[in-house]
Order: sequence, then structure tokens, then C-alpha cells
Amino acid sequence: MRLHGMIRKESLQILRDPSSIAIAFIMPVVLLYLFGYGVSLDARDIPVGIVIEHPDAASEAFAGVFDQSAFFLPQRFDAIQSAREALDARDIQAIIWLRNDFSSRLFSGQEAPISVIVNGVDSNQANITRGYIQGAWLAWLGHFSAAQGRALPIPVMLEQRVWFNAELSSQLFLVPGLIAIVMTLIGSLLTAMVVAREWERGTMEALMATPMHMGEMLAGKLIPYFVLGMGGMLFSVALAVWQFHVPLRGSFWLLLVSSSLFMLVALAIGLLISVVAKNQFVAGLVAIITAFLPAFILSGFLFDIHSMPVVVQWLTYLIPARYFVALLQTLFLAGDVWPVVLTNLGALALMLLVFTLLVWRKTGRGLDD
Amino acid sequence: MMNISQILALTQKEFLALLRDKRSRVVLIVPPVVQLLVFGFAATYDLNQVPVAVFNQDRGSESRELIAKISGSPNFEVVKEINHDNEIAPLVNNREVLMVVHIEQNFSAHLHRGEPASLQAILDGRNSNTAMIAMNYLRTILFDYNRNWLLTRSQTAPRVRLETRSWYNENLLSRWFIVPGIMGLLMLVVALLVTALSVAREREAGTFDQLLVTPLQPIEILIGKAIPGLIIGLLEATLILAISVALFDIPLRGDLGALYLGVVLFLLAVVGVGLMISSIAMTQQQAILGAFFFLVPAIVLSGFSTPIANMPDLVQYLTYLDPLRYFLVIVRGVALEGNSYDMLINQYWPMLIIGVVSLTTAGWLFRRRMY
Repeated sequence: MRLHGMIRKESLQILRDPSSIAIAFIMPVVLLYLFGYGVSLDARDIPVGIVIEHPDAASEAFAGVFDQSAFFLPQRFDAIQSAREALDARDIQAIIWLRNDFSSRLFSGQEAPISVIVNGVDSNQANITRGYIQGAWLAWLGHFSAAQGRALPIPVMLEQRVWFNAELSSQLFLVPGLIAIVMTLIGSLLTAMVVAREWERGTMEALMATPMHMGEMLAGKLIPYFVLGMGGMLFSVALAVWQFHVPLRGSFWLLLVSSSLFMLVALAIGLLISVVAKNQFVAGLVAIITAFLPAFILSGFLFDIHSMPVVVQWLTYLIPARYFVALLQTLFLAGDVWPVVLTNLGALALMLLVFTLLVWRKTGRGLDD
Repeated sequence: MMNISQILALTQKEFLALLRDKRSRVVLIVPPVVQLLVFGFAATYDLNQVPVAVFNQDRGSESRELIAKISGSPNFEVVKEINHDNEIAPLVNNREVLMVVHIEQNFSAHLHRGEPASLQAILDGRNSNTAMIAMNYLRTILFDYNRNWLLTRSQTAPRVRLETRSWYNENLLSRWFIVPGIMGLLMLVVALLVTALSVAREREAGTFDQLLVTPLQPIEILIGKAIPGLIIGLLEATLILAISVALFDIPLRGDLGALYLGVVLFLLAVVGVGLMISSIAMTQQQAILGAFFFLVPAIVLSGFSTPIANMPDLVQYLTYLDPLRYFLVIVRGVALEGNSYDMLINQYWPMLIIGVVSLTTAGWLFRRRMY
């Protein structure tokens, strides 16, 4: 009965403040569209500069490969100096330089080097650009040899098989992980602020003066946010599957169970933050910096955990979002892979236990710090 | 006419309010520094020690040589050698390995006969970025192997080779790309949140009404509230810069003054947006969530982790509104490319415009929403 009243009060507060609803339903849309359409590591139309000091048939054939490729947007330069200036000014990303004696060396069987200079600031893109240039070079090599009447077989051919995500689509990989981000926002950020608000306004004291137990009060506070979070989750899943065509190869029930478990953990963290912070300003900042940003950077959502320094990898074990992202990526793209599912669910259950205990200890105290 | 001493008094009060609470002080310094440390080390696209399994059905020395090249690479770590087809699926499914390299039975024989030999790579596509990058590394290893083979065995192959050099980031360390970005990210988050919350907090506490009763004009209140955000942002920037250079060995090849001009203009734009949010929000919760709605797209579309050039054209137009986009070019330009003022002019003036527009709008909203 008392619980009921608490839930009703909390729900009314949510409904009256449009920002809570916005976080649960508008934020997922914003995030999914942003990441679904805005983020891509696949480069295309890379502006490159081609410097041919001695134009002739062979070098033109070489440049032709770049003109025809969808990956490049080539520009011609007469001299290396102007190309260098363009690279400096960020007008082009790479320079491909065929020197004066390229053709003569080529046809006399001597070594004919081609210089490639890439802008290395974005090292990842530089690697990818270099890979594309190598691919173009290889294609040219094949044509050149064929034109000479000497077929040049590539000795070792690479046969590539990508499981779960054949197109290597960024969308399929990013969208499932986004659900974890959305739920962290609702569970940790929103909840942390909401409870901190009660402390700040003094209404927490009023609540403590009522006959309600601490447990009932917290439950009454958290249940509406749990419902809101699950609502946000279901909405995100619907968007992912119907709008972004992300396959859901695992069972929906497992997805529901995993999400509920994660939601509870996120809520526990939000509660812990609010209890420690006791005012909205601090709670908000702490939630963003210790819950949201780690979920973004350390969960394996965008950056690969294996590649992080060992110490940081250990740190990621403390981040609940890490387990949830692994679950999401597997349940959506791979299916019910039980070893992965059970390990991660177990870890989340353990985290729930730990955080609940921490909250229990911190709130048992009463009014004073 | 604006009364400077009144504005300064308001600024002083703002600082006191921010720094009086011990938790508040801590939260302004510690988390950003911790974030910088953790993310500086964590955020990387360079794959190291990617777990790989090898399934070599060939007996010849050529396949062993190729495998040796793969296991010798710092990017890969051969964790398992499998002997049977059915071992592949569990390893990939359970994420024990990211890639399985499968060499067919007649690999060496094919090579010696001048026929194409095949190498099959099976990748876990759940993280498409890592899969693509790992594939790229493998292709490079294969490329070198092929080229060596052609040069040593075939008399007819043209002896062309690619000499690749990288500018600005010679060793292609992704840390050099990401850490300057983190500086912009953290400045954005802290400056935005501090300013966005400033008015809302007062509204909730009821002290905003008290402010209204003072002789301060709305524009003076605006300036008084903008200054703490600016100063704190500047201090954070210096702290983060010091740590980046000292701990992460990020170079500073360009003009420090050019960087600081960028910092000031960036903070102006950010504080302007923060004040806009603050004028609209009635409660702190709305202020933080509003800040969020700006933060997330601003970060994602800024080129912080993925290049703007890869985005669809429509989205690229949107990024022109993002102050972080310009700041990232400045910070990376000064640190890595050795830029000075002249190369960065195209980044300065958009931020100035965004700052002026947002501050004016905030002032206008202020007057509308004051009552």
C-alpha cells in the first residue's frame, strides 16, 4: 500500500517532467540515428595527390587506376612541392609520387620505387588509406603484367570470411551496443539526479519521517525508473530491428533477462552516486564521468578491449556496461552462444550483489553524512 | 552602461558557490584527470596481440614461413594451433579468438607450381572495426610475403615497390590522435555542465529571485555567470595539456599561443551554448539532460573518433555547427602538424561566430525567461 503510493508519486513526477521521457524515448532515436548513419570507419573518396614528374603511358596507366577507384578522389600535381603544400593545408590525405626516372627504370628491369606519403594524424585512417593504395598498386601490377603479355599470378590469395557481420557493417556492430549506452543514461544518470534531488530539497528527510522502511522507499523510487528504462530498451530494440535491420539471432527472452539485470545494476549505481553526492550538481557530473563515459569508451562498444593496455583491461572488468555490450553483440549478431551468455550474466549478477550491498551500507545511516 | 565591479562581485559569488562544497571542488578536478589517464591509455584503434588461431593443413616450409610472419607480428598473438575443422566454430563463437587463419593442404605445392595458393581468414564480425583493422594487418603481411616471393622467384616481375612514409605521426600511434581529442572532449563536458547548471541551480534553490532584486542587469548576470566557466575551462585545459605532454609524450610542435587562442574561442562557444541551455531549463535535471542532448551529437560528429570525411554529406553539413569539430583540428594541428595562427584561421572564425550567436541568444532568452 505504501509502496503503491510511492510508485504513484514517482510516476507522476516522471510524467510531469518532459526531460525524463525525452531521455527514454528521444535520446535512443538521436543516438541510433547518429551512430547508425553518422559514424563510419569506411573511407571513400579519399582526396589524394598524384605527382607524375615525367608523364607517359606507363605512369598514366598507373594514375588511371586511382581515377577509376571509388575509394579515391585524385588530384594531379606537377611538382612534389605543391603536393606537399596541399598535404600541409589538409586538402589531400596522401601523396603518390612517381619520379622522373620511373618508366625508364621500370622497363629496364631496375628497381622502380613509388613514394607514398600519408597524413598520419588519424593513424587509423592512415592505415586504411595505405591499405587501399596497396590494393590499387596490386591491381595496376596485374594490368601492367598482363599488358606486357606476362600474366602475373598473385602467389597467395586471401579468402576472407566474416562471421556474423558479412558486410562488416558498422551499423550492425554499433547499434546493439548503443542500447547499453541508453540504459546507462536512464539507469545511472537520471536516477542519480532524481534521488539526489530529494536529498537536496530536503524531501528525503520528509520521506524518512514517514512510516516507510528505507527499502520500501528505495523500491518505490526505483521501480518507475526501471519501467522507464525497459521501455527505452524495447523502443531501442524495435528501432534497431525495424529501422536499421539489425538481426536478432538470439532469443528475445535472453535479451529481456540480460537487459533487466543490467538495468538493475545501472539503477544500483545511480542510487549509490546519489547517496554519496547528495546534490544534483555533483551527482550529475559524477554520473556522466564515472558511468556514462566509461560505458562509452571502456565497454568494448567502440574501442576494442583486447588492444588496451593490460591495466586498463583489468579496469574494464569493473564496468557493468562491458558485460552487457558483449551480451548484446552476441545476442543480436551471433545467437544464443551459451558460454558467452552465462559468463556475462553471471558477472552482472555479481555486480548487482556488490552494488546493492554498497548502497545498503551507505543508506542505512540516516540523515547525517 | 555595465558596472564592472558588480559583474566581478557576481563572478566572485559564482566561484564561491562552485568551490565551497568540497565534493564540488573534487568533482571538477579529479574525475577529468582520471578520465584523461584512463581513456588516454584505453582509447586506441591500434590492435595489439589480437588473439588468432592457426589451422595449418600444409606440411611445407612456405606455410610455416607465412605463419611465422603472422605470429611474429606485434599485432597478432597466435593463441591456439588447431588440427580439426570443428574446432573453429567454438573458438570464434566464444570470442576466444578474433581470427582463424586456415592454410589449405596443398599450399606449398601450389606455390611451387606457380599456381595460386589460398589462405582463408575467418573473422569475428561482431566488432566490425576490429575485424576490418585485423584484416588490414593480415593483408599487409600477405602483401609483403607475396612481393618477396615474386621478387625472389620470378624473373619477370616488375621490380616496383611502394615506399610509404607517414607525416606528423611517423609511427602511426593512435594515441597521438586520440589524446588531443580527449582534451577537447573533457573541456567541452566540464565547461558545458558548469555553465548549464549555473542558472538552473539558482532557480531551484530560489536564489535566482534574489538575484533579480539586485541592481544587476540581465546582461551583467549573463557575463558574471559566463566567466567562471571560461576560467575553469582554461585551467582544465592547461592541466590536461601538461599531463598529455608529460605522461603521454604528445608532441607540441606548433605555436602554443595559437592553441590557447583556440581554447579561448572554443570555451566562448561552449559557454554560450551552456548559458542558452541554462536559460531554458527550469530545473537542474532539465539542464543536465539538455546539456546531454547537445553533448552526445557534438562528440560523435566532431571527428573525435571517426573522421568527418566518412560521414554522409548531409551529416557533414551538420558538423559545421559543432564547435568541438574546429577545436579538434586546432589541437591536433598545433600538437602534431606544427600549425601556427595562419593555418588555423579557418577554424577560429566559425567558433567565434558560434560563440557570438549563442551568447546573444542566451542573453535574449535570459530576458524572456527571467520571470
